Amino acid sequence: MVENRPWANFFAHLMLIGGVALVVFPVYIAIVASTQAPGDLLRGSLPMLPGSHGWENYKAMWSTGLSRAGAPPAGHMLWNSFVMAMAITIGKLSISLLSAFAIVYFRFRFRMFFFWLIFITLMLPVEVRIIPTYQVVADLSMLNSFAGLSIPLIASATATFLFRQFFMTVPEEMLEAARVDGAGPLKFFKDILMPLSITNIAALFVIMFIYGWNQYLWPLLITTDPDYYTIVMGIQRMTSEENPQWHLIMAAVVLAALPPVLVILFMQRLFVKGLTETEK
Amino acid sequence: MASITLEGLKKTYSGNVDAVKGIDLAIEDGEFVVLVGPSGCGKSTLLRMVAGLESITDGTLKIGDREVNNLEPAERDIAMVFQNYALYPHMTVYNNLAYGLKNRGFKKDQIEERVQTAAKMLEIADFLQRKPRQLSGGQRQRVAMGRALVRDPAAFLFDEPLSNLDAKLRVQMRVEIKQLQRRLKTTSLYVTHDQLEAMTLGDRLVVLNGGQIEQVGTPMEIYARPASMFVAGFIGSPAMNMLPLDYLHGQGSGALLHDLPENTDIVGIRPDDMLLQPPESAYLQVDATLMLYEAAGAESHLYVQLADSEQPTVIRTSGQPPVSEGDTLAFYIARDALHPFNSASGKRTGD
Repeated sequence: MVENRPWANFFAHLMLIGGVALVVFPVYIAIVASTQAPGDLLRGSLPMLPGSHGWENYKAMWSTGLSRAGAPPAGHMLWNSFVMAMAITIGKLSISLLSAFAIVYFRFRFRMFFFWLIFITLMLPVEVRIIPTYQVVADLSMLNSFAGLSIPLIASATATFLFRQFFMTVPEEMLEAARVDGAGPLKFFKDILMPLSITNIAALFVIMFIYGWNQYLWPLLITTDPDYYTIVMGIQRMTSEENPQWHLIMAAVVLAALPPVLVILFMQRLFVKGLTETEK
Repeated sequence: MASITLEGLKKTYSGNVDAVKGIDLAIEDGEFVVLVGPSGCGKSTLLRMVAGLESITDGTLKIGDREVNNLEPAERDIAMVFQNYALYPHMTVYNNLAYGLKNRGFKKDQIEERVQTAAKMLEIADFLQRKPRQLSGGQRQRVAMGRALVRDPAAFLFDEPLSNLDAKLRVQMRVEIKQLQRRLKTTSLYVTHDQLEAMTLGDRLVVLNGGQIEQVGTPMEIYARPASMFVAGFIGSPAMNMLPLDYLHGQGSGALLHDLPENTDIVGIRPDDMLLQPPESAYLQVDATLMLYEAAGAESHLYVQLADSEQPTVIRTSGQPPVSEGDTLAFYIARDALHPFNSASGKRTGD
C-alpha cells in the first residue's frame, strides 16, 4: 500500500512496538534473572535491571550444573540436545528426500498406497503413539542412548510431502534431459534434484532442528541416565526441586535458547528464500 | 553419424489409445527430416520414441545398424533439444554443456576443447560462466543446441525448439539451425506444427495425422502434389481452397474438366492460383464478391464469396490490386493448377 497518513503510520508503529515488547519482555526477564545473586529472586520483587553475578551463574551452570537436583552440567546437556537435534534433522531430511524422490519419479506398484500411508502418519504425532513407541524402543534396548532419542522421531510425513510437492514442480524435461545426458536415477538425484531443492532443504533444516531441539516429552520418557539428559528436559528437572535456584535455571534457559537462534541467524537468507521463491 | 530406420513403429497407451499407429520411415545418414502435423497427431510421441523417452509398443527402431528398441536414451547416441530448453538452472552454461560429457567419462581437457568449440560455433562463448536465468530466450535456445552439439551424436532430435521464441528470433534461429545442420551433416529429426518451419528446414517432410503418415516427400513435392486433402489443407498458408467439382461444372467450365481423373469429386486450388488476370494457358473463370480485403504489404489476401455458393474462399495476390470490398470480381484459374481429390477417401485421385 502506498499511503501517507501520519496517524495510520503512528498507530501501525505503536502496534508493532507493542507486539515486539510483548514477545521480548519475558526473554529480557530471563536474561536479567540469570545475572542475579542466589537470594535475589526469592525476595518477592522481580529486579528489572541486570545484576552483577552473570558470569559466575553461567559458569556454574555450564560446568557443574545443579547436581543436587540431579541435573548434569548444562554444557553436557546442550551437547546431548545438539546431537539429538542434528540426528533428527539430518535423518528426517535424508529419509524424506529419498522417499519423495521414490514417490515422484518411480512407477512401482502401490505407489499411491504408500504415499497415502505416509500421509496418514501426519495425523499421528509423537504424543499419540508414545506408549507403543516406548515399548518398541525398550524392547530394542535403546533406552538411554542417542539412537533411542532420535530414531523414533526421524520419520517425517511433513517433509516428505513438502519435497514431493516441490519435485512435482520440477519440469519433466529436466529428468529427460538428464537421461539423454547419461545420468542415472541416483546421479539425477544428486546432480540436479538436490541442488535445485537446496533452499527447501535449508528451510526444512531450520524447522526440523528447532523441532528436534524442543523435544521434551520423549527424552523425558526414555532417559533415566543423566548422561543422556537433554537441556529442555533438564530444565524441567531443575524446577521440580524444593528450592529452585532460579538464577541458575534462568541461565540454563538462556543457554538453551541460543542454538536455535544461531541456526536461524546463519540460515536466515536461505530459509526465507526457501519459503518464498522457487528457483527455476 | 547414422541412418535411422523405423519399421512398423507403434505406441499404444494404457486404455488402448493408439498414439502412433505403425510408422515406416527410413532416414538417411545426414538427412534433415521434419515431422509435421497438427497437435495430437503423434509427432512428438514418435520423436520421443526415437529418443528412448517413450517405450515402443511394437515395431523396430534402428539407429545405424543397431536395434535400439530397449536401450536407454543415453545409450542410443542421440542428442535432444527440448521445447522449453530444459537447461539445468543451477549450473553455469559451461557446466550445462559439459554435464553430458562428464557423465560419459570424458577427460577434462577434452571437455574443455569440445565446449569451447561448440560455444564458438553458437556464439555463446561470452556467457559460459553465466547461469541460464541470466540469459535471454534466444541465448538459452543456443545453449540448448550447444548441449546437443558438444556430444557429437549420431543424430539430433529437435522437439519444437523454436516455439518459445518470438517471431523475429524464430526466423533467425531457423536459418541458423539449417546452416548448422548443413555444415555438420548430422542426421536430424525435427518436430514442428509450424508448416513454414517445416517447409524451410527439411530435406524431407513427413506429414502426420492421427498417428499415421499422410505423405512423405521433399517440401516442394508435397506442396506441388499433396497426396490427400489433409496434406493439401495443412501445408501452405493460407490453406488450399476446396471446391466441389459440381460447382465448377455449374460455372460453365465443363469442357476443361472432363479429363480430370476418375472419382474426382472435389478440386483443390491454392490461393495463389486464383488470378485476377487470365493466364496464357487454358483456364476456368469464376465470379465472386469480395467480402474482406487484407493488405499485408508485399501481398494481399482477398476473402471472397463465390457466386451461387456459400463457400468462403481465400485468394492471395501480390501487391495491392485496385479493388474494394463489395465488388464483384472475375477470377481465373489455370487448368493445370487444379488438385483433384476424392472426398470419400480423402486421397488425391489419378495417382
